[in-house]
Amino acid sequence: MPLPDTLPLIGITWADALFMTLGGVAIAASLFVVLGRDIIRNGLMLILALGALAGIYVMLGAAILAGAQVLVYIGAISVLILFAIMLTQSKAAAVKLTFQTQAIPAALIASLLAIIFAITLGTNDWKATVFADTPAPQGTTSTAAKLFGPYLLAFEVVSVLILAAVIGGIYLAAIPRAGQIGAEDDEEVR
Amino acid sequence: MSQIAGHLEPYLVLAGILFSIGAFGFLARRNAISMLMSIELMLNAVNLSAVALGVFIPALAGQGIAFALLIIAVAAAEATVGLAIVMAIYRNRKTPLVDEYDTMRQ
Repeated sequence: MPLPDTLPLIGITWADALFMTLGGVAIAASLFVVLGRDIIRNGLMLILALGALAGIYVMLGAAILAGAQVLVYIGAISVLILFAIMLTQSKAAAVKLTFQTQAIPAALIASLLAIIFAITLGTNDWKATVFADTPAPQGTTSTAAKLFGPYLLAFEVVSVLILAAVIGGIYLAAIPRAGQIGAEDDEEVR
Repeated sequence: MSQIAGHLEPYLVLAGILFSIGAFGFLARRNAISMLMSIELMLNAVNLSAVALGVFIPALAGQGIAFALLIIAVAAAEATVGLAIVMAIYRNRKTPLVDEYDTMRQ
């Protein structure tokens, strides 16, 4: 039996329903990341938000980017963040104050930012294509043509940047041994 | 005919909402790792808007995804160094809360 064109009873198309579901999950999970008290759950909700965004990338036809999102964000960065949480949290942390004293000005600034976005969106004519359903799959040819054409220098600079970040990360996170620079400061604190 | 998923604006609205949430978290949270998570949210919002513009505007075909891939790579480098700095400070100060990093003020 073929599926009907629209969702039964509600009358919205499947693509719209999928977009609203994924977008709702992304927004709810992001709110939990920002507002939740337990930081381990914040980290897990961050994974959920990034996964929902990967789904939206698939809807946009950018499957290669969804793959990169899952591999790099969910697979690497989230795991890194969870490890850092496990290494730095004490049991008392959850009981303490979660927000800075400047939380209310921060909320005002974030709302102001949202209003600026809304005004920009409302007043700008983007001359965008309108697709009947979701956008057609992009393929990788046009992306590769840009990445290895006009953006080749940026691509190479990013690879050098990642190498520098790896070396810097090892240097910063390594425990200084006796005789090394930084070792004396460490002893003073203890 | 879809009312939402085939248009550009809903994607940009979603990106704007996510960026605002991330900006609030960055300004308001006390934990350094929470601040880094908020930065990741903001970077993802920017990625979403870049991809949506690249897909929906014919003159930008292919550029949005290429940009987003570069941003993901830079975000990975940023997270590595940021978390390493948090670990290094934590080893000295025994706290991940940024408002207790006040040695320079004294």
